[in-house]
Amino acid sequence: MSLFTDPRWAEALTHLPDYLGNHVRVSITALALGLAISFPLAIAVRNHPLSRGILLGLASIVQTVPGLALLALFYPLLLALASLTLSWFGVGFSAFGFLPAVLALALYSMLPVLRNTITGLNGVDPALLEAAQGVGMTAQQSLFSVELPLALPVIMAGIRTAAVWVIGTATLSTPIGQTSLGNYIFAGLQTQNWVFVLFGCFASAVLALAVDQLLALIENGIRGRSRLRATLGGAGIAALVAATLVPALARPPSNYIVGAKTFTEQYVLSALIAERLRSDGLTASSREGLGSNVIFDALASNDIDVYIDYSGTLWANQFHHTDIKPREELLAELKTTLATQSITLFGELGFENAYALVMPRARAEQLGIHSIADLAARAGTMTIAGDYEFFSRPEWAGVQKAYGLAFRAQRQMQPDFMYAAVASGEVDVIAGYTSDGLIKKYDLVVLDDPKHAIPPYDAILLLAPKRAGDERLQAALKPLLGKIDIATMREANLRASGNDSSSSPDAVARWLWERVGKR
Amino acid sequence: MPETPMIAYVDVVKSFDGGNGAERVLAVDDVSLEVAGGEFLAIVGGSGSGKTTLLRLANRLIDADQGTITVEGCDVRKADPVELRRRIGYVFQSGALFPHLSVAGNIGITPKLLGTPQAEIADRVDELLELVRLDRAQHRDRLPQELSGGQRQRVGVARALAARPRIVLMDEPFGALDPLTRDALGDDYRALHRKLGLTTVMITHDMTEAILLADRIAVMRSGRLLAQGTPAELTQSKDAYVMELLRTPRRQAERLSTLLPRDGTA
Repeated sequence: MSLFTDPRWAEALTHLPDYLGNHVRVSITALALGLAISFPLAIAVRNHPLSRGILLGLASIVQTVPGLALLALFYPLLLALASLTLSWFGVGFSAFGFLPAVLALALYSMLPVLRNTITGLNGVDPALLEAAQGVGMTAQQSLFSVELPLALPVIMAGIRTAAVWVIGTATLSTPIGQTSLGNYIFAGLQTQNWVFVLFGCFASAVLALAVDQLLALIENGIRGRSRLRATLGGAGIAALVAATLVPALARPPSNYIVGAKTFTEQYVLSALIAERLRSDGLTASSREGLGSNVIFDALASNDIDVYIDYSGTLWANQFHHTDIKPREELLAELKTTLATQSITLFGELGFENAYALVMPRARAEQLGIHSIADLAARAGTMTIAGDYEFFSRPEWAGVQKAYGLAFRAQRQMQPDFMYAAVASGEVDVIAGYTSDGLIKKYDLVVLDDPKHAIPPYDAILLLAPKRAGDERLQAALKPLLGKIDIATMREANLRASGNDSSSSPDAVARWLWERVGKR
Repeated sequence: MPETPMIAYVDVVKSFDGGNGAERVLAVDDVSLEVAGGEFLAIVGGSGSGKTTLLRLANRLIDADQGTITVEGCDVRKADPVELRRRIGYVFQSGALFPHLSVAGNIGITPKLLGTPQAEIADRVDELLELVRLDRAQHRDRLPQELSGGQRQRVGVARALAARPRIVLMDEPFGALDPLTRDALGDDYRALHRKLGLTTVMITHDMTEAILLADRIAVMRSGRLLAQGTPAELTQSKDAYVMELLRTPRRQAERLSTLLPRDGTA
């Protein structure tokens, strides 16, 4: 099968109206908002060196914050704001997806617009400013009929830079719940679907180029006083926005939104849930690639309806418990705690996706290491790798303390790469996931945890507060409870990590249902 | 003098910040000067003599520190500066035409600001192009950068005259032009000045040009007004600097008359 006949291209294409439409809407809104703020600001401060310096300094600082972090920061900020407005004015708003993405991207677009507008205006020949005064223009007339037209090329260059930045950075709004072309990239990276990654990059590059050229057309039209070209450019942008709105309006809104975090298993399980809902005649769509901290809040505020989390994760990360309880006890207590937030712990799927220390079987046997306790003695000469969050999670602190673990070095890695890294000996131990199919593939061994320092991580189905009494939803999900054992999930995950068309989350979800549906 | 002067400066002082904590620079140092209606006054001086500052005080491109300036009998400080500038024509050094506007757009700018109807502005532009001797069909829609220096300055003059001002201020209007163009433009402007009954104040560093065009000449140096009067009156001045300024045109005239004898065979 050649690269171009790969059916995943066709699959990618089916998502395009949704992803592209959302991407265009969020980028154009952010750009418009950014312009509406920074353009008047630039005009106001252009002749005041102090405020000009402060403003440009602030905008530069914003620019140094990585795009992903900026987007992620807006979510808790808005969430707090939403609860404030709810308690003060009785009106809340969704802090999920569109709003934080627009605000963060608008902030991101400010520097080039501010800088170029100020530079452009200050670069106008003083002799012409005097001439404008001399022929009897007011300050405002001079600004609009002399300064702005003359600074236009520089200003437009700034707007075009901002447009390209915003469209590129908008791919990072996927983890805070805004669907974008980044969905291809995040999903592709997690499931090693390089076709998706390429498709997402290519689509956002084409979009950025198209918008850039339309803006160039507008600029050209204004400069050459050609109303035709300016109108064509404006119409092009309007058409782009309209084209992305039509399919969104034509599509019936889904009643149920299934959330998924940013790893393979989550993509597969959310596809499985969505398919179950659809086969029961409900409409469902997925919101994938959500950050671990975003997804729970999104459920609690009814922005998504259902997702799968892991008991230990909630226990340690969400509710900040440092003690570890036996499995059943922990689940029961979790259920009560969740109920106070009106979240339903609907049940367990039947497997655990626990963090575990994992190393190659051969090496473990050679060194006589069976448990984390055995590892402690040799840790000083070893390197451990974990995902981006593990080393800052409370469980890691707990494990270190319980066994007196101190490794020579810690490395953070993309989860899919760390198994290969430990198998090849590049690192000695990894903090893997017990349900990962790669454990089997690379012949790795999970080290025992005799002191129970790592909490149990049962996969549990959580329902949003507004779905607490939803019987149709619960009836559709019931067949999944207790059906998926660890071996089946490992195999499903292994399939999903493949790099061919049968490894798409949807395909694996169908395979999974065939295996567990009849049980 | 029974008639009110068109422009009058009385004990005017203007100083500028020297920059970087340097001492303030006195650009105009206690100057009193009157320009009568219909008069063509040239202000002559070297660079830094304060002549441009003096001109810009008249239409409030800058404001005086001390003293009074009146235009048509009214204190400029009491006038709205924008309204004042719209009724005084101003020709800038090397034109200062708006590069993004056509010739017609540049010429019609002040009438447009005054709210004159579009059709009337178009007629006025054609009339002015004719007045400054530019072919309307050929120049109307061109951009300033497509014009020669002389043509640009003609447009600059037309722009200054567009709103039918009674006063025209000119800041070294012909300085950057070649001698032939300069001569032709000077003559043409002088004719317009007379025909339209204008009051003109022109700044120049060239005494010959001042003598040839102006009714009266004011000489400035280091912010002070050294002398004023008709060319003939100036020759009576005892001031060394004024004498030095007059020496050049005089020597040129003598050399020219020996080199180009009128009673020759030509």
